[in-house]
Amino acid sequence: MKRIYFDHSATTPVDKEVAAAALEYMTEKFGNASSIHGFGREARKAVDEAREKVAALIGATANEIFFTSGGTEGDNLAIKGVAFANRKKGNHIITSAIEHHAVLHTCEYLEKHGFTVTYLPVDEYGMVRIEDVKNAITDKTILITIMMANNEVGTIQPVKEIGRLAREKGIYFHTDAVQAVGNYPIDVQEMNIDLLAMSGHKFHAPKGIGALYIRRGVRVEALQHGGGHERNLRAGTENVPGIVGLGKAAEIAKQEMAKKVTYLGKLRDRIISEVMAKIPHVKLNGHPVERLPGNANFSFLFIEGESLLLNLDLKGIAASSGSACTSGSLDPSHVLLAMGLTHEVAHGSLRITLGRGNTAEEVDYFLEVLPEIIDRLRAMSPLFGESANTVVNNPCSECHMH
Amino acid sequence: MYTEKVMDHFTNPRNVGELKDASGIGEVGNAKCGDIMRIYLKVDDNDVITDVKFKTFGCGAAIATSSMVTEMVKGKKLAEALEISNQAVAEALGGLPPAKMHCSNLAADALHHAIKDYIDKKGK
Ligand SMILES: Cc1ncc(COP(=O)(O)O)c(C=O)c1O
Ligand code: FES
Repeated sequence: MKRIYFDHSATTPVDKEVAAAALEYMTEKFGNASSIHGFGREARKAVDEAREKVAALIGATANEIFFTSGGTEGDNLAIKGVAFANRKKGNHIITSAIEHHAVLHTCEYLEKHGFTVTYLPVDEYGMVRIEDVKNAITDKTILITIMMANNEVGTIQPVKEIGRLAREKGIYFHTDAVQAVGNYPIDVQEMNIDLLAMSGHKFHAPKGIGALYIRRGVRVEALQHGGGHERNLRAGTENVPGIVGLGKAAEIAKQEMAKKVTYLGKLRDRIISEVMAKIPHVKLNGHPVERLPGNANFSFLFIEGESLLLNLDLKGIAASSGSACTSGSLDPSHVLLAMGLTHEVAHGSLRITLGRGNTAEEVDYFLEVLPEIIDRLRAMSPLFGESANTVVNNPCSECHMH
Repeated sequence: MYTEKVMDHFTNPRNVGELKDASGIGEVGNAKCGDIMRIYLKVDDNDVITDVKFKTFGCGAAIATSSMVTEMVKGKKLAEALEISNQAVAEALGGLPPAKMHCSNLAADALHHAIKDYIDKKGK
């Protein structure tokens, strides 16, 4: 059976060129970048070059890039680092209800340590309103942290406007761009961004490597202490192979950006239009236009996401869902709930995230097998068909609302 | 994550559907994750379950346990059917992942509700 990977927001395959570049710095050029001998110098040189490439991808300069272990660490360093370094100025942070847990749980942690946090709501498309940001700012606000693109529904946030607002008020602006980097053109200057977190494994570099951009002059306190690595901001021997891989992946991402955005956008648009046309009682989650090129997210009413994923998996297709039954915590996705979806509608969600390796044939195959799976599950559902009338809270009334 | 038996019942669920002239119907919702299961029973004069159908809105484990419980009760006396516990259903499936044990409550509860519904109706 052919296997089709439609879960690129979870992780991506490492590019062969990236893997080859990283491997060289494990086996041949294995030096510690802090050593003064030749082995060390060649590692240092590679780290410096990678820093240039990562900076170039987002319009930054190399000395504004700090390597981390990934998105989670970048978000922690940005948020806690700014909070601790600027607590004399204030103790208020603004974020949104749809952030990744790397941001939300970090903010919740800070609430236990004397900070107050405003969690902004989003509209039905999963977008933060500028007005809400404006209204939330107080004279104690030191940081605004809003993601660039949402990992579940793909909605792209108005970061440029939020950044402008923050800049005007002298407030730092951090953006979790883990899903956007490599999928969406970014210029930190033009977008008024002070800090930006990225993660390698979302754009064809290995897992466990990432970077935090910190605009020159922004005050951040180190969270990890030890040697003087990363200019005293992030102690620990550099993950040279990972960093080299990240640099290579950034270089490729920059070269292929325009082509990739167009290619994925086309495949995604076909998925969205066909699914909406072929399958009744379905809702598109996320913004119709302002969304990541590879993201399609639907709610199929009357069915549950895990059984949908299992059926797709039996057909060789890998996707994901925000259903309570797949969450482990038995709560549906906080993102879908924040967008106003009921539990039942969140239950039937399916996220398809495309990557550059996907083909039109794979999309065709998915569109061919999906309707019969949905039909089969609906035939089994007590919420669907004739018998649905007897059920209180019939979510059908819901589907007419959207 | 699921046993072969679970996947078998998930991919080929037994006794899916409704019974128009059911002797008893039981419906339960899972407060934990919002899932719903309905079981229809046909009971003869000797209190034997002659037919059973189910409909489920839920995860793989919920569908598999529904299917399993219908297989377990078909042809059984009501008294025997009442003794089937969620534990027994889970065991018959070769076990469920710990996070999915609550799903098996659905099946046993829906069955017990259906039997109670039959008894209530008969009593009238
Ligand atoms: C939006 C967002 N932020 C942060 C992370 C965490 O990144 P990492 O897996 O590199 O720690 C993810 C990964 O799922 C993400 O999607
Ligand atoms: S029915 Fe929701 S987790 Fe099983």
